[in-house]
Amino acid sequence: MIRDAAGRLGFAPSLAIVISAAVIVALVSITSGAYPLAVADILSVITSREASDPVASMVLLEVRMPRLLLGFLVGAVLAVSGALLQGLFRNPLADPGLIGVSAGASLAAIAVIVLGNTWLGGWLAMAGEWALPIAAFFGGSCTVLLAWRIANRFGQTSVATLLLAGIAINAVAGAATGLLTFYANDEELRSLTFWTMGSLGHAGWDDLLVGAPFMLLALFVAPWLARPLDAFLLGESVVGHLGYRTDTVKKAAILVVGLGVGAAVAVSGLIGFVGLVVPHLVRQLLGASHRVVLPLSALVGGTLLVAADSLARVVVAPAELPIGLMMALIGGPFFLALLLRTKVI
Amino acid sequence: MVLSVNSVSVSLGRSRIVNDIDCYLRAGELLMLLGPNGAGKSTLLKAISGDLPYVGSVRLAGRELGQWRPEWLARQRAVMPQRVEVNFPLTVEEVVRLGRPKTASVGSDPVVDQLMSELDIGHLRHRLVPALSGGEQQRLQLARVLAQIMDSPGDRLLLLDECTSALDPAHQQMVLELVHRLAKNQGIAVLAVVHDLNLAAQFADRLLVMKAGCLVHEGSAREVLTPYLLEAVYGFTARVIELDEGYPMVVPRRGGLPNAYLAPGNPSCRQAS
Repeated sequence: MIRDAAGRLGFAPSLAIVISAAVIVALVSITSGAYPLAVADILSVITSREASDPVASMVLLEVRMPRLLLGFLVGAVLAVSGALLQGLFRNPLADPGLIGVSAGASLAAIAVIVLGNTWLGGWLAMAGEWALPIAAFFGGSCTVLLAWRIANRFGQTSVATLLLAGIAINAVAGAATGLLTFYANDEELRSLTFWTMGSLGHAGWDDLLVGAPFMLLALFVAPWLARPLDAFLLGESVVGHLGYRTDTVKKAAILVVGLGVGAAVAVSGLIGFVGLVVPHLVRQLLGASHRVVLPLSALVGGTLLVAADSLARVVVAPAELPIGLMMALIGGPFFLALLLRTKVI
Repeated sequence: MVLSVNSVSVSLGRSRIVNDIDCYLRAGELLMLLGPNGAGKSTLLKAISGDLPYVGSVRLAGRELGQWRPEWLARQRAVMPQRVEVNFPLTVEEVVRLGRPKTASVGSDPVVDQLMSELDIGHLRHRLVPALSGGEQQRLQLARVLAQIMDSPGDRLLLLDECTSALDPAHQQMVLELVHRLAKNQGIAVLAVVHDLNLAAQFADRLLVMKAGCLVHEGSAREVLTPYLLEAVYGFTARVIELDEGYPMVVPRRGGLPNAYLAPGNPSCRQAS
């Protein structure tokens, strides 16, 4: 009944399960933390603002809500980007970091952290508290464009060249980041280390304002690519035989990933694992059709990131673990267990 | 004329793989392309399927390939490549449905059901493609390709690159009988690369023979499949038996291979300038 004819969980039941999980996780996330809130508090804040506890209202509206929304968006975008790239490269090991976007974004962010007092002082003075996210977004977009230009040299987008260019760009950006790390003082070192481990700790409405438009755009464009991406699973030439404009699809997918992941990294630092594992998990349970994989990856990715974030701020309260660390701690063993249980990737 | 190919040449890097080919295909005609490995058969097919850039003119229903909108072209021309590898857990039915127009994507689809049963993959409908055997995957790909043009109006072209290479004899026969029937009943024009000379003899309306990028011979099975021509093209000696069924059968001789390098040149091939 609940399973479809292929013995997999059908789309509708899984959607119902994931949405209920998302609601539960959202409630847990919004109530737990250094200042615990009850569900009743939330209801009172929402229904009648003036009558409620001002602290509760502040915590809910200024801290928890933006953090919840940002966490969900970032998780969704990372997972969808992973799914897009895995389809495009026909490789379940593809990950948003592959095309250089994360490396470029983190190089720019770390440059702002380390050189903010010296060479980049002017930028910091001009952009204020948005200096870091804007620089990260810019850095991410530039590296994607560079990899893209290299892959497009002969008028067509070569997926293999894109992959190789991404690897080379990652190496160069990694070396430059290492150089900056070497150059950093203790305080900067601490701050950049935290950034590379990812955090939603400072999430506020202004971060949402910067990142959400790009992330939402990515999430809304991705479903249009579902059918051609299914064709990609049969090989690049088949995409053209089936009547899709192969190059347009490739360019759209890369652009969506560049914009989305650039924005995600800019507001939350480096959070690995979601983009690699969530689409894989969804495919294992529900099959590889992108019409299922894309929407469910978005929901599962968002839910997973919010759940990890809630745990990250509870386990060592009142301090917080970096969320990237949390993700790898929960996800790594889980993923290994999944690999041991299944044969076909 | 469904397909007309005029002085088409394809170069990969510096070497010219396909050299100045002319051929045409009428509605309902089943044309088979023969030739030794590396003769340029698949490359010619790839040029006609739009996978490789070419020099010359390829017209489908009188219109140059480049002037078609991709989504319309896909309704008139279907292509089955030599190999399609699926590594992701798609089901058989999902793959066949990829060939269908967008509007037919929900609910049951009679065209899909019929093709799957005719190609003997109906019982595999919900199986995952990576777990299928090579022959099952090949029938699946043919079903997907046929589903693409099955109910389109107008001139239709089907390009098949060794569509029976992984099949057992019974399934080879089944597949080509289906293709033959679709050509005759529905008027689909078929251009198929084959290696099995006896299947070609049995089903083709016309045979084209390629060697070293050139078209060296064209004609009916009786005209093309002669000991002299087989030796000239493939460099092997064979007996050709005329069967009561009305088509010839090629029986290779043991030890009949030493002439590969002695094969005569290609008199009908115009050299590239």
